[in-house]
Order: sequence, then structure tokens, then C-alpha cells
Amino acid sequence: MNGVHDMGGMHGFGPVVAEAHEPVFHAEWERRAFALTLAAGFLGEWNIDMSRFAREQMPPAAYLASSYYEHWLWGLEHLLVERGLLTRGEIEARVAALAAREAR
Amino acid sequence: MSGGHEHDHDDRHTAPLSDTQLRVKALESLLTEKGLVDARALDELIDLYETKVGPRNGARVVARAWADPAYKKRLLENASAAIAEFGFTGRQGEDMVVLENTPRVRNMVVCTLCSCYPWPVLGLPPVWYKSAPYRSRAVLDPRGVLKEFGVDVGDDVEVRVWDSTAEVRYLVLPERPPGTEGMNEDELAELVTRDAMIGVGRTRAPERREP
Repeated sequence: MNGVHDMGGMHGFGPVVAEAHEPVFHAEWERRAFALTLAAGFLGEWNIDMSRFAREQMPPAAYLASSYYEHWLWGLEHLLVERGLLTRGEIEARVAALAAREAR
Repeated sequence: MSGGHEHDHDDRHTAPLSDTQLRVKALESLLTEKGLVDARALDELIDLYETKVGPRNGARVVARAWADPAYKKRLLENASAAIAEFGFTGRQGEDMVVLENTPRVRNMVVCTLCSCYPWPVLGLPPVWYKSAPYRSRAVLDPRGVLKEFGVDVGDDVEVRVWDSTAEVRYLVLPERPPGTEGMNEDELAELVTRDAMIGVGRTRAPERREP
């Protein structure tokens, strides 16, 4: 499928910037998103091609504006809902509940 | 919430959680409550990829290929099997191909579509490897990208760019640096850099020894 993820040969993204002494993860949520994606993958409800396809369905403007593990998170949510493991409603309700707890 | 008593009080932080952080927490809490994932398994996965699997694995493979011609032959013929001799197996490295650099050919690896990378030998990829600039330009202007990594490739050297797939993962076998005769595998492994095994960087020069 053609899409914004298919970046080979595109112009305009600028120089490659490598970070010196880069850590494996840059934030705790990246660790958790990484491990959740792997662990949920072990459930056998999807394969690696489906994971990639899920991330590729992220809306192009959002894809370009977000980080790598945000792509993973988006794809994971998409697959969990698509395979019926979680509903969109329960995810949003839990996010709202956590946000409310945050605000206290 | 299982384990909630441990988490309710250690979430103190100065900045409010971002939407992304909240969403990750939401998924983790829902999936663990439903018994779909085990929080301990998550910790083990993080520890594995943060502290145990990394480019030192690949460096040992390269060092042995430099030191042992029979191993190098096996590695170039069937990389997955030769790498498995070290016990480096598993996800994102099931079908490995090793690309040999020579004085005339330089290999460079990219995944233009996402981030495919040989985890068992290199660990998780750095951010630049997954970034739009590298993915777009590695195939368009590989010599320019190499220059940004400090590698000048002469016009008489062919640059081959390999675009990874979900299945096939590549490891570059750099040329053995001069001045390393008589070094053992452990010493050789110290000269192998992650970027050299991706094909964008140099190996380290051996320290000069007093005669």
C-alpha cells in the first residue's frame, strides 16, 4: 500500500541527525509501549505484517508529526480494538479516568 | 486493579502526564486486568532489550568472521545458522543475510518503510535509523548520508543499499582494519561499532602497541 510511511526517495526531510550515546529508550512510556506491543503480539491475534499495516493506517499528518513509539502505540490500540480484545469505549474511559486522577 | 497499591503513590511527578503517557498507562492497566499480559513479563522484555541484547552481539559475530575463515564462509552462506552458533536467535532475526564489505563494495542497510533491523545481533535500532531523513535519503543519496556519518566513499567504490523487509534482516560485515594481525576475537570485537554493522560508520582503529 502506498502511503506516507513509504519514505524511500522522498525529499525535504533534512539531514540525518544521530544522537551521541543514545539510550535504548528515551522515556518510561516508550519502555512500556514497546513491551506491551511485544507481549500483546504473543497472544497470537496478529502477525508482524498486520502490526506494520496497522501502523501504516495512522492518518498521514499524524504519522509525520509523531514519534516512533507513538506509531507503535497507535497500531497497538488499532489491533486490540480490531481483534476485539478491547473496545474503543473502554480505552477512552480508562484514559479519561486516569486523566481525572491526574487532575486531582 | 492488581498491583495498583504499588503504583498509586509512586506516580508523583512534576509535569502532568501527556496524552501519550496516559494512553500507554490505560492500555497496560486494561490488558493486565484482563490477564492478557503479565506485568512481570513486560519488565523482563524491557530488561532484555535494554541491557542484554545489543550490538556487542553483532561485534562478536564480526570478530569471529575476521578471525576464522571457516566461520566467515558459514556466515556468508547461511547467516542465520552461523549467528545461531552464538545463541543469538529469535524475533526480528529469523532470516539473516550478511553483506561483506570489500575494497570495492560498501554495503549500507535501511528500512524505508519502517524500522526493520536485526534485533538479535544489534538490539533495538537508534532513533536516526527510524527517522524520516534516513529512511528517505539512504536510497536517494547514500553517499551524502555516509558523508554525514563522516564516511567519505571514493568514486571507485560501489555503494549497495539494502532495504530490509519484515522477514529478511541484514548485517554488514565490515573489512577487518589494518594493523590487527595477531589480535584475538575479544580484542577484535572491541573494534566493531554498531554503525559499521549498519554500514554507515567505521570500525575503530586498533590502538598502537609498543613494539
